[in-house]
Amino acid sequence: MTTTEQQIDEKLIPILEQVSDPEIPVLSIMEMGVVRSAIFENDLVKVQITPTYSGCPAMDVIGDDIQKALSDAGYQSEIELILAPAWTTDWITPKGRKALEEYGIAAPLDPIADKEALLEGKRIVKCTNCGSKNTKLVSQFGSTACKALFKCDDCQEPFDYFKCLK
Amino acid sequence: MKNESLYKYILGIADNSLILGQRLGELCGHGPNLEIDIACTNISLDLLGQTRSYYQYAAKIKGDNTTEDDIAFLRKEREYINVLLVEQPNKDFAHTMARQFLFDAYHLLLLQELEKSHDMTLAAIAKKSIKEVSYHLRFSSDWVKRLGDGTKESHERMQNAIDSLWTYTDELFHQTEADIVMVEEGIGVDVTKLRDAYLEKVSTILEEATLKIPENKWFQKGGKQGIHTEHLGYLLSDLQYMQRTYPNMEW
Repeated sequence: MTTTEQQIDEKLIPILEQVSDPEIPVLSIMEMGVVRSAIFENDLVKVQITPTYSGCPAMDVIGDDIQKALSDAGYQSEIELILAPAWTTDWITPKGRKALEEYGIAAPLDPIADKEALLEGKRIVKCTNCGSKNTKLVSQFGSTACKALFKCDDCQEPFDYFKCLK
Repeated sequence: MKNESLYKYILGIADNSLILGQRLGELCGHGPNLEIDIACTNISLDLLGQTRSYYQYAAKIKGDNTTEDDIAFLRKEREYINVLLVEQPNKDFAHTMARQFLFDAYHLLLLQELEKSHDMTLAAIAKKSIKEVSYHLRFSSDWVKRLGDGTKESHERMQNAIDSLWTYTDELFHQTEADIVMVEEGIGVDVTKLRDAYLEKVSTILEEATLKIPENKWFQKGGKQGIHTEHLGYLLSDLQYMQRTYPNMEW
């Protein structure tokens, strides 16, 4: 779920877990894997976050929300945005994947299956509403850059699919 | 400025993303249908996100409290060094997709080399962007094929678009002075070496699309020296409107 480079002070985990992703409020930023490190340097908490996509408009808000959560807990903090290593959907935790599905967003498939679903029209993405795999791609881009739009041919509901990014 | 070549080199890459991002942004609420509208604005958002990373880095190099916004909003037309291709207007959907495809094919090759740069920041931005730009290229290639190998009307329009934009493709492989310095330092990409791979990729897709590859002998250039087509001025007046009207405004 994480790379060896992820380094988070245990004391800070419960605080950071309370900060949610502004675009997917059921998901904490920890479950998304966007927090790469959070460590104490004297009295200051230094936090490194990484964007899911370059243009992710949520990053500024996430930075502000982390500072607020830490300040409410009595810590001063400094946020740094880092680009390397680049975020991958592998960093979404199992709990995060479950939360996504319950929220109505299909979790990313493995890279091969992802390609089959997005490029070859294979019906393998599971509908988040009824669970059927009789689904089809409506649009390669969805409501945000990280998602594609699908439709279920059984229950007829449209839903988002979180694209695999590796 | 201590490292003017690096600064100019970064702008040479970033300006392309900014201007193409702005062009695609014009389609927000105006796409031919909802899915394409969303796709174009998503691609625009990726490009603007990449632009921000580059400009933030360039601003740091420039110093003097320069910000990414200064670079994006407060330069004059001749100070933008994007290639002419990306400033071309959207026109019909065939033009929009042909422009996107002709740029994406180049963009991906550039980033795959930039990823190996000795400059860690540029390498990181490139690595991040590759994932996004591969997806853009898939999308634009699909549309070139679908329209090229579609109806008589769509085929004609796509062929027209490719023919009219082809004259701007050669400039992608021209080196600037900053390019030459940066290539020597192991930071920049030698774009002259990308041409063969580019032509191969583009030809493959155009053939699949049943389209003819234009046989131009003469090509337009000038964007990399700040000499633009008439279209850039109008684009910038739109892009820079808020900062020019309310100087120093912030959201």
